[in-house]
Amino acid sequence: MNRDFGKGIRHGIPIALGYLSVSFAFGMKAVGDGLSWLQAVLISATNLTSAGQMAGLPLMLGGATLTEMALTQLTINLRYGLMSLSLGRKLDGSMGTLQRLIFSFANTDEIFAVASSQPGKVGKSYLYGLMLTPFLGWTAGTLLGGVAGTLLPAFVRSALGIAIYGMFLAIILPPARERKPVRFVVALSVALSLCFRYIPGLNRVSSGFVIIICAVAAAAAGAAVYPEQGGEGS
Amino acid sequence: MSWSAFLPYVAVMAVVTYLIRMLPLTAFRKPIRSRFVQSFLTYIPYAVLGAMTFPEVFYSTGDLRTAAVGVLTAVILAWRGKSLLTVAVAACAAVAAAQGILLLIG
Repeated sequence: MNRDFGKGIRHGIPIALGYLSVSFAFGMKAVGDGLSWLQAVLISATNLTSAGQMAGLPLMLGGATLTEMALTQLTINLRYGLMSLSLGRKLDGSMGTLQRLIFSFANTDEIFAVASSQPGKVGKSYLYGLMLTPFLGWTAGTLLGGVAGTLLPAFVRSALGIAIYGMFLAIILPPARERKPVRFVVALSVALSLCFRYIPGLNRVSSGFVIIICAVAAAAAGAAVYPEQGGEGS
Repeated sequence: MSWSAFLPYVAVMAVVTYLIRMLPLTAFRKPIRSRFVQSFLTYIPYAVLGAMTFPEVFYSTGDLRTAAVGVLTAVILAWRGKSLLTVAVAACAAVAAAQGILLLIG
């Protein structure tokens, strides 16, 4: 029990450090745009999502309707639905309805990616640990950015911007190196993402939708071409 | 921003985001039999992270050149199986070093 919790905490540390830099930038921007630091921290503590929060800021500051806010969040964060669906297969018997209700709150891209990459099933002790450190990093980073963001030199702030992507690369490249199907899926998803960014017309699709389209198309193609390798349920 | 205007927005953001994450984890509890769907769900994390990383990572530092140095560093270390933290910190350090070199040259 406690050993799994500790293991989750440890696995959450790199995520928390990556989050510190990203949420620092969010806190800095939110306060710069006219929120109080407490409001910025409240957004981070209740949402725990980088892209959704970044997109929500201009909407609330510009006086958008609540419907528009809801639809924007739905589009950008719909990928979490796919992740939750995927992660559901990894949960062991200790994850009852209550535990699922609690863990759902923290199923972010990175927590999901680390939980998915564990061998076998994962249980509540591990997952509670894995959600705790990143949550603290995310809210603490927002607080620091909101209160002290302008104190950091510019070169430090811009260097921190790449941290989260370094983490993503560390998650996807080792399995891509070892397994051809994963290599195929990643390459296809990246190629599609590049098309949506640079081809005129396609680049007008909102970023939340782009991620959903690329991910669904690439994973479906991978499942069609390499059904066995991906289907052991591990 | 006034709290009375702020709170409804935060509530909508938080509830929508939570429901997206929560419903698939609680409502669909039956094992999935379809081999295609199983494979699809196995591949989803890699596909999502791939699309989120590229090309966005090249714009993450505000300078294409320093970002490229960071990406190259991260790719080499990640390919060799280094830990998440090592790769993330090394990428940041490489970007900072590249910024320093650009300052000296320019």
